[in-house]
Amino acid sequence: MNARRIVVTSGKGGVGKTTTTANLGAALAKRGKRVILIDADIGLRNLDLVLGLEKRIVFDLVEVAEGRCQLRQALIKDKRFESLSILPAAQTREKDAITEEQFSAIVDRAAEQSDYVLIDCPAGIETGFRNAVAGAAEAIVVTTPEVSSIRDADRVVGKLADRGKPMRLIVNRLRSDMVRSGDMLSVDDVCEILAIELLGIVPDSDEIIDTTNRGEPVVLDETSRVRVIYDKIVRRLEGEIVPFTRFDGQGFFGRLFDAMKVG
Amino acid sequence: MIDFLKKLFGHSGSSSTAKERLRLVLMTDHLELAPDMIDAMKRDLVDVISRYVEVDRDKIDVTFEQQDKALAMLANIPILSVNRANGQPAPSVAVAASAEPAPAAVATAPAAADAPAPIKRKRRRRKKAKSQGVAGVPETAPA
Repeated sequence: MNARRIVVTSGKGGVGKTTTTANLGAALAKRGKRVILIDADIGLRNLDLVLGLEKRIVFDLVEVAEGRCQLRQALIKDKRFESLSILPAAQTREKDAITEEQFSAIVDRAAEQSDYVLIDCPAGIETGFRNAVAGAAEAIVVTTPEVSSIRDADRVVGKLADRGKPMRLIVNRLRSDMVRSGDMLSVDDVCEILAIELLGIVPDSDEIIDTTNRGEPVVLDETSRVRVIYDKIVRRLEGEIVPFTRFDGQGFFGRLFDAMKVG
Repeated sequence: MIDFLKKLFGHSGSSSTAKERLRLVLMTDHLELAPDMIDAMKRDLVDVISRYVEVDRDKIDVTFEQQDKALAMLANIPILSVNRANGQPAPSVAVAASAEPAPAAVATAPAAADAPAPIKRKRRRRKKAKSQGVAGVPETAPA
């Protein structure tokens, strides 16, 4: 029961919740933590696919909720990380197939046998969001530096605040070149607007697309720049104070450097 | 080369526009999400104004609209009569009173100052509703 129960949420779809959940889970497992990832996106499951575990699904979240199988039967162990398993969502059911109570009960059971339960929240702020958040004690809000994503994140931040959940922010898919040229909101801008604590800055990266194509978490790639970033985020989750890698060095020399590179 | 110079001298791209637009839209979002705050503010407004004039409580209309770079609060408060006996403001009134009398009882108060104030969370807004709500609204001059 001592496991941290964290929901990864965003409001808007397509900002990288699932990829973030998968990579944070893998990075935590690499540090020896026992991690259970729960895909709460009933009807649109993808966490299994991102992690390359789609062929191994036998039972799912809804079947566990309905008591048709045990939690341990539905959990898929990731062979690359001893201590990582996922509970897949049902693909042919809808969000209201389970209740907040059922979902929380499953998270409780998962928490009994792990150090971290990460919940991959569906997009939106309806039933699926309510279920996912009900099971969590804290939240990670993922946003990209775009107006629509930030507005939706703001809505989610309000809802999480109403429920008294502590939350931190991951700014995903930051393009440093665009921030430097003033064409993309900076991390400071996003933090100022959303007014919540920053947990991580993940640059826009081809590596993520490539590793997702293969179904391998990017944190497996020892040469990856993004791996280092997820490792840092995980250390911050663990309570370490880790300085942020800035990708948006402003100022004259930052611009000079960027102008020479581009121009 | 133009690109080079633009970057070197730090031309302002669309990010500042994005920030400004977001600031305004989120303020509107937060207002729409806090109808009870608006109601409380209306009540407080009327309580203050009623110290000087009798107003038609049922016909009070408070709206918000974007005016240039700020969100403006528009309060339309019909006055039924002016009560001379109550013409002195009570000392406890917490109103940042502006000296200008409003022509009719239409008060326009910019909700956002020139400096882009950080957008407050809904919760915080609710707590501050009482003091924030009435601040900066020009009161109707006692006759």
